[in-house]
Amino acid sequence: MTALVIRGGQLIDPAAGVDALKDIFLKDGRVVEIAAPGKLKATNGAEVLDATGLTVAPGLIDIHVHLREPGQAYKETIASGTAAAAAGGFTAVAAMPNTLPVNDSPETTRWMLAPERGAKVRVFPIAAATRGSKGEALNDYAALKAAGAVAVTDDGRPILKDSIMREVLASAARVGLSVIQHAEDTRLTQGASMNLGPMSFKLGLRGMPPEAESGMVERDIRLITELRDARAHLHVAHVSTAAAVAAVRQARRSGLRVTCEVAPHHFLLTEEHVGLYNTNAKMNPPLRSAADRDAMIDAILDGVVDAIATDHAPHALHEKEVEFENAPNGITGLETALGLSLRWLHKEWKLPLGRVLSLMSAQPAALLGMKGRGTLTVGSFADVVVFDPKAEWTYRAADSKSKSRNSPFDGWTLQGKIRWTISEGRIAYSNLA
Amino acid sequence: MSQVAIPVRRQLQTPPVEASPYPYNPGSLLSVQDLSPDGLSHVLARATALENQDPLARARILAKRRVALLFYESSTRTRTSFELAAKSLGADTALISSLSSSIEKGESLKDTGLTLRALGAEAIILRHNSSGAAWLLEEATRLPILNAGDGMHEHPTQALLDLRTILAHLRPGIEAVTADTLAGVTVSIVGDILHSRVARSNMLLLPRLGARVVLCGPKELLPELAANAGPGVSIERNLEVALAQSQVIVMLRIQAERLAGLQLDLEEYKAAYQLTGQRLATFAPSAVVLHPGPIIRGLELTSEVADGPQSAILEQVRNGVAIRMAVVERALVAAAQQGGRA
Repeated sequence: MTALVIRGGQLIDPAAGVDALKDIFLKDGRVVEIAAPGKLKATNGAEVLDATGLTVAPGLIDIHVHLREPGQAYKETIASGTAAAAAGGFTAVAAMPNTLPVNDSPETTRWMLAPERGAKVRVFPIAAATRGSKGEALNDYAALKAAGAVAVTDDGRPILKDSIMREVLASAARVGLSVIQHAEDTRLTQGASMNLGPMSFKLGLRGMPPEAESGMVERDIRLITELRDARAHLHVAHVSTAAAVAAVRQARRSGLRVTCEVAPHHFLLTEEHVGLYNTNAKMNPPLRSAADRDAMIDAILDGVVDAIATDHAPHALHEKEVEFENAPNGITGLETALGLSLRWLHKEWKLPLGRVLSLMSAQPAALLGMKGRGTLTVGSFADVVVFDPKAEWTYRAADSKSKSRNSPFDGWTLQGKIRWTISEGRIAYSNLA
Repeated sequence: MSQVAIPVRRQLQTPPVEASPYPYNPGSLLSVQDLSPDGLSHVLARATALENQDPLARARILAKRRVALLFYESSTRTRTSFELAAKSLGADTALISSLSSSIEKGESLKDTGLTLRALGAEAIILRHNSSGAAWLLEEATRLPILNAGDGMHEHPTQALLDLRTILAHLRPGIEAVTADTLAGVTVSIVGDILHSRVARSNMLLLPRLGARVVLCGPKELLPELAANAGPGVSIERNLEVALAQSQVIVMLRIQAERLAGLQLDLEEYKAAYQLTGQRLATFAPSAVVLHPGPIIRGLELTSEVADGPQSAILEQVRNGVAIRMAVVERALVAAAQQGGRA
């Protein structure tokens, strides 16, 4: 295995409390030594990466992506999705189970993890909570965990029945898996394709009320409260409404293990960005009101949010070039997440760089128990991102490593240009331009 | 659960919303907002001029030009009047409806549009059941697109023919409209506002000419947030209060095909919102009654009203042909010179 030395960069490792100029020696997929510039001991034969003027940080971790395999390789494959991840500075991604077939079995989980998939960075499958994500019969969580699953969810098909959700939370807690809920009371969102509000009225589209999200979050918090099992962990996926984030904040104050993630589009865009039926501004949960968007910014700044996750959801061009209400939900996000976060959270809204990086590495790693990741200490995985934190660049969806192009951020100016992404000691992406 | 007080935030800079690139083609009429006051005046003046022109001379204006009518929903008035309008100007028309074409086989709107363009269509008149379909078709083909109704969103030529009808009654002889042409006029739109593209186009158009638009209907068909639809638009739940303020009353049909499971007690609805001869005589004895059609006699209005002296329903239909001649001409003749976007 190759050995790498990253020399002269500013190492920012929030979990270890490091923010200093350091040289790093990586070997056999692990961090072997960290030392002051020029002070590494034995680095014979190692390839040297000059990181002078650059930031060196733990590889980013996205706990919410759709890699579309098995079953929808025309949208994305594990190979193309993880190539996009590497280009975006990510070294680990957690893959949602709404594949074809649904990932509700150890076989599918293992298939996704097989070397033949050609993953460029580490993939952590999230398994379906119920058989076929139908919300009826629970899967075998112990077997799924043994096969490599890090959490369970019926993402996109929220578990409506209280009795089933209660059982899911209890069973997952017993084997130490997190439960991720896409919070949406689908009984309130039939036929809807954007947020319910003045904009949906104006556009003549049926709207999803914010209560469809917050009501489900409140229901889940009630269930986990009643469960009284300290091991139970409820993670609310892609929170988008002020009321839902308020519910998470309150649950946290009561000492419950309830966490949440926010996607860049929900802290940046509003329903106004739907414009005149831009299907690349259609996702679920939908873009919300300005007040909701502002509540996401606040929740990130004041620490209620545990992770930034992209909900990377690739769709083929022809699927998005249709009537708005017929277009599938979702946008790509892996290549824009860091650039958007640095441009807006850090530069504009003054969130310290270390906190941005923590929301995109240390905290998501801790959420799903990814041991040895999200930090760069001796012995941890050699998952590293090296980037120029000040450089501005323009995102071009056409140049994406993803198979799909469905991004509302095409042509946006982003900040923070990635030089290298290193996954377990191998260079998974480099851009020396 | 208890609400947690969120402190008021300092004002933060957030990403801007980009300006709309539509319409791409200056001949398109996607929304009533695509017409400036000058553009509106021009369409109104051309409608009158074309209506009065010698039919043989008129038929030379678009002689042998090709216009496609692409209809994904059934229609009597709109389709026939667009077709008659285009033919009156000498254009060749082709009608494509979703039930007798490759649309049934799954051809997308984009591909259908590109196919029509390749067949020589120079403009497409589109009626579609999805809101926003006209924008999609314009982006795909870059042809002049005339929106003949997109889902629950807009129906700009209906609003224009309504305007022509209103002007004929309240401002006879006026065609050059300005921001105060309809100052002092209140137009009540009554009934199923939520599902109505006619209501949306009218509430965007009429206030721009100084009219006040009052929306009237039950909560199920008129959500409170409609009050934010734009300047000059307000909500009045009581029909009689609305009538008493109105010079113009636009009655709407309940769109059973778009109710999507919504339960409505029709007897209750009629008791509160049906326009009867008695109500009209008592509360708006000199108002003009409009209805975009199709009318359902005995539901939103009685026969007495539909056939009565205050009804301008058939006048609207006649005005439809004139207005559509003007917008079809605008689509194909030097559209850029005839007043661009608002």
